[in-house]
Amino acid sequence: MTFERRLRPTQSELGQIDPAALFEFHKGKIITYEADPETTCLVELDEEPPHPLNPEALDVALTMSMLLHAKPMDEIHVMRKVVIDGSNTTGFQRTAVIALNGSITVDGVEVPIEQVTLEEDAGRKTGDTKTSVVFRLDRLGVPLIEVSTGPIIHDPEQAGKVAFAIGRILRATKKVKRGLGSIRQDLNISVKNGALIEVKGVQELELVSKAVSYEVQRQLGLIEVRDELRQRNVKASDINEEFVDVTNILSGSQSKVVQSALNQGGVALAVKLPSFKGLLKRELIPNIRLGTEMAKRAIFWGRVGGIFHSDELPAYGIDSSHVEEVAKSLGCGELDGFVIVADNLDNAKDGLRAVVERAQEAVERVPEETRAANPDGTTAYLRPRPGAARMYPETDVPPVQIGQDRLERLWENLPRMPEELAKELETKHSLSPKLATQLVDSDYLPAFEEIVARAKSVAPSFIATMLTESLRSLQREQVPVENVGEDQLKQAFDLVSKGETAKESVLDVLRWLAFHPDGAAEEAVEMLNLQMLTKSDLENIISKVVESNQTLVQENGTKALGRMMNLVMAEVRGRADPRQVTELLRTRLEQVKA
Amino acid sequence: MTVRELEGYQGQVLQRLRKSKAKIGSVIRLTSKSGEAFEGTLIPRSEYSDHTHIVLKMKNGYNIGISLDRTKTLEVIGEGEKPHFTKPSPPANHVGLPKVAIISTGGTIASRVDYRTGAVQPALTAADLASVVPELSSIAEIDAHILFSEYSENIGPNHWKGMAEEVAKRIANDAEGVVISHGTDTLHYTAAALSFALANLPVPVLLVGAQRSSDRPSSDAASNLTGAVALAARADMALVGVAMHQDLSDHIVLAHRGTRVRKCHTSRRDAFKSVNSVPIASYDLKTGQIEMTNGVPKRDKSRKLALKSRFDQHAYLIKFYPGFNTGMIDSAVSAGVRGIVLEGTGLGHVSRHLFDSVKKALKREVPVFMTSQTIWGRVDMNVYNTGRDLLNLGVTPLEDMIAETAIVKLMWVAAQTKSAGKIREMMLRSVAGEMTSRTLVEAS
Repeated sequence: MTFERRLRPTQSELGQIDPAALFEFHKGKIITYEADPETTCLVELDEEPPHPLNPEALDVALTMSMLLHAKPMDEIHVMRKVVIDGSNTTGFQRTAVIALNGSITVDGVEVPIEQVTLEEDAGRKTGDTKTSVVFRLDRLGVPLIEVSTGPIIHDPEQAGKVAFAIGRILRATKKVKRGLGSIRQDLNISVKNGALIEVKGVQELELVSKAVSYEVQRQLGLIEVRDELRQRNVKASDINEEFVDVTNILSGSQSKVVQSALNQGGVALAVKLPSFKGLLKRELIPNIRLGTEMAKRAIFWGRVGGIFHSDELPAYGIDSSHVEEVAKSLGCGELDGFVIVADNLDNAKDGLRAVVERAQEAVERVPEETRAANPDGTTAYLRPRPGAARMYPETDVPPVQIGQDRLERLWENLPRMPEELAKELETKHSLSPKLATQLVDSDYLPAFEEIVARAKSVAPSFIATMLTESLRSLQREQVPVENVGEDQLKQAFDLVSKGETAKESVLDVLRWLAFHPDGAAEEAVEMLNLQMLTKSDLENIISKVVESNQTLVQENGTKALGRMMNLVMAEVRGRADPRQVTELLRTRLEQVKA
Repeated sequence: MTVRELEGYQGQVLQRLRKSKAKIGSVIRLTSKSGEAFEGTLIPRSEYSDHTHIVLKMKNGYNIGISLDRTKTLEVIGEGEKPHFTKPSPPANHVGLPKVAIISTGGTIASRVDYRTGAVQPALTAADLASVVPELSSIAEIDAHILFSEYSENIGPNHWKGMAEEVAKRIANDAEGVVISHGTDTLHYTAAALSFALANLPVPVLLVGAQRSSDRPSSDAASNLTGAVALAARADMALVGVAMHQDLSDHIVLAHRGTRVRKCHTSRRDAFKSVNSVPIASYDLKTGQIEMTNGVPKRDKSRKLALKSRFDQHAYLIKFYPGFNTGMIDSAVSAGVRGIVLEGTGLGHVSRHLFDSVKKALKREVPVFMTSQTIWGRVDMNVYNTGRDLLNLGVTPLEDMIAETAIVKLMWVAAQTKSAGKIREMMLRSVAGEMTSRTLVEAS
């Protein structure tokens, strides 16, 4: 089902409304929600008040707090944090402080854990058009634990290590979902003379240090640009919202963007950016130029498809004669740049206003922004940073007192920390220390324990190797192993345990499953022809191999066993138990000898 | 120092806070016996919470609760920033727009949040309203008043009378339409009451509420209000209606006939349904378009409003259920009730164990009426023996009138006549579209 909503900024006591929120609202953007009526409840639709705090989620958050040596609050108060981009049907995210003042030690350095909060996850954005933004509700309301460190991490590498250490502790609770995005990192990065930037949604640990490095680089680049603009004697007040209609100049261009805007009754507007020539194409980080930053602003505030800036022209169907004419109409001098936007009049104006604002900021400072992480670790403008905290009590959820009984119960059942866990795996399942550590650090520890318990005839060290080293080697071959679900893993090892396929087949089965997320392990075995051979099949194959190697057998008799074994295994590998092959081969050789 | 200054705190905590000269809004520094320090603004506590915790709002906006047992020192280190609400200037009224009166009776249709304490403050003046729902100023010239501020479960016949009189005043004052904001729980009872009390209406009167509180960005308050004001200003109709969401989307606001509407869900936006009838009008929030249903009384400003706003509370609505204690009817009769509406089962039945009590009531000149607890559908007491027996005793079936409307109408009728016969006669005559002899398929 789908339904549509509009979110209205609620007013603060000081009469303030978040400017971005207000802007979104006045744009009349409609939020479309997609929900599955069989799994979505009225609370998720904001058609019923929220229920009391989930006690299990609270227990996990308290446990996590204890592992981080943070002090649980005596009474938990659920708050509403206003977020009106549509990601929450209510217009706010519910969040509560569970504990404060913890710390962990990473590489001998004490890292303060300022705060542990329990929050609800937001909806997933599945579409965005000029008039509507689409969110799916399948993720909304899933409990999230937010761990905030103190602002003391000094270099990108350390950031990665701290994130890794927190991730290990989270996994120790065994309540963390496996897969991309189940642990996300938000980074707050400050650079001297730069700004505080919040980077949202770093999904992979490996990207943390990269994202931090890129952000530092980006800000240093912006500071350079600023200094250069100052050398060129530009002031923010020189950059004005004086838009010139260049529709007539560009109406003859080959640009698809311009033509489509004009066909729909739109216009092409341009604005002069004095002394910006050459700076718009300055690459700050890979593929992000000052021009890109302006474009993202124009897209956000003006809902335009993008911008053309003078440093990238002539191109995109706009030729040099157009460029000259636009520059002339704006009164551009040698060092001046300009930006063109083609869209309907309102959007084009809003887009250029955003460009002018960004250009003014370029002269003055690095602007504070919330940015979204790209998969390569670079970031793009997401929205302005929210002003003062917009937080007020969730009056529909009563506060929860955390009694001593509850804390004691959780203390007694505190999960073992990663090091202890690894030690235990070593002794219990005879794993090597390296394998045990790898397993603890992987997402597959809960799966390992379940598989070991059911696939009794398969060696735990083999299962552990498969779930760590082998899966990682598949990942290096670009096999999407994250597609392999827990059930499929269990099925694969079950088949080995029941003797329906050989353990040598597991890797191939997992590879097949990664590309067939809806398939079953049994299907993989069948499709890949990895079923175990029956005894009579094996006997036939052995007979054939023995016959075609008459000389070898005749000359060496039973001593030919080793070499014959290699020849037979080459044909049946993955489909027969080597012990059984040896046995049958020996019998056969003895028969020949007799 | 008054208790008000330490709202919600009681017992030992209250004493401790007083000793430290703390007030709601004071910035407090608190140290625990284990050496931790907390700083934040003192926040009021709900009156039903325990008496052993102190609630602070930290700098980052989060509230935390700290147990008094753990508290070692508590000192006031500053006064919180005084909230200085600067009203945003209301958008300029467009000239020549129809005049719509908004009467507020409670149920915070517009509110703002006190970020210092987190409390929700009603924003009910015309200026507040226009700034919170700026769209209104392009639809109508708004004239807003607060009549009273009550949760709707506390609203009764005296409030109905007050509202009817206020509406008459606004209409006399040239309003093209009147909007009444009201809590939703008993909104449909008020709608029925005003439908009877305001006869010969020249312009529409629309009751409006919100199912999701207005302190959340997703509230339906503003869109329902927008719809109600637009319908009051422009819809060509003259009757009492209820304007609420059609479905789960912020898209269509429906107007239901005041005597035919019922709240049918505790929390959904589309809780209000027209029962045994179709909605009278709709407003499209996206296009601003109004659609009307046929057969709705049209506006006519030359029409003279007739106010009949008295209600007699000596009327009972009694729901029958298996195991019903007949003493309920007997005690109603001995309490001097003027009439009883039964909410029977199915087509209009009650157990034969009740026959004696019903007979006694009728004998004492207390008219007994029958409606159905199935909500939808018409009572018909000619189909089964029980129905025929009840008819024979003298019970009066009320066709397709819903029980809630029936009890309101009975109170209104009883205020106008002493005679049981007259009450029965008036109950059976449709006054405000509350009853029809034919139910269209689309209305079922």
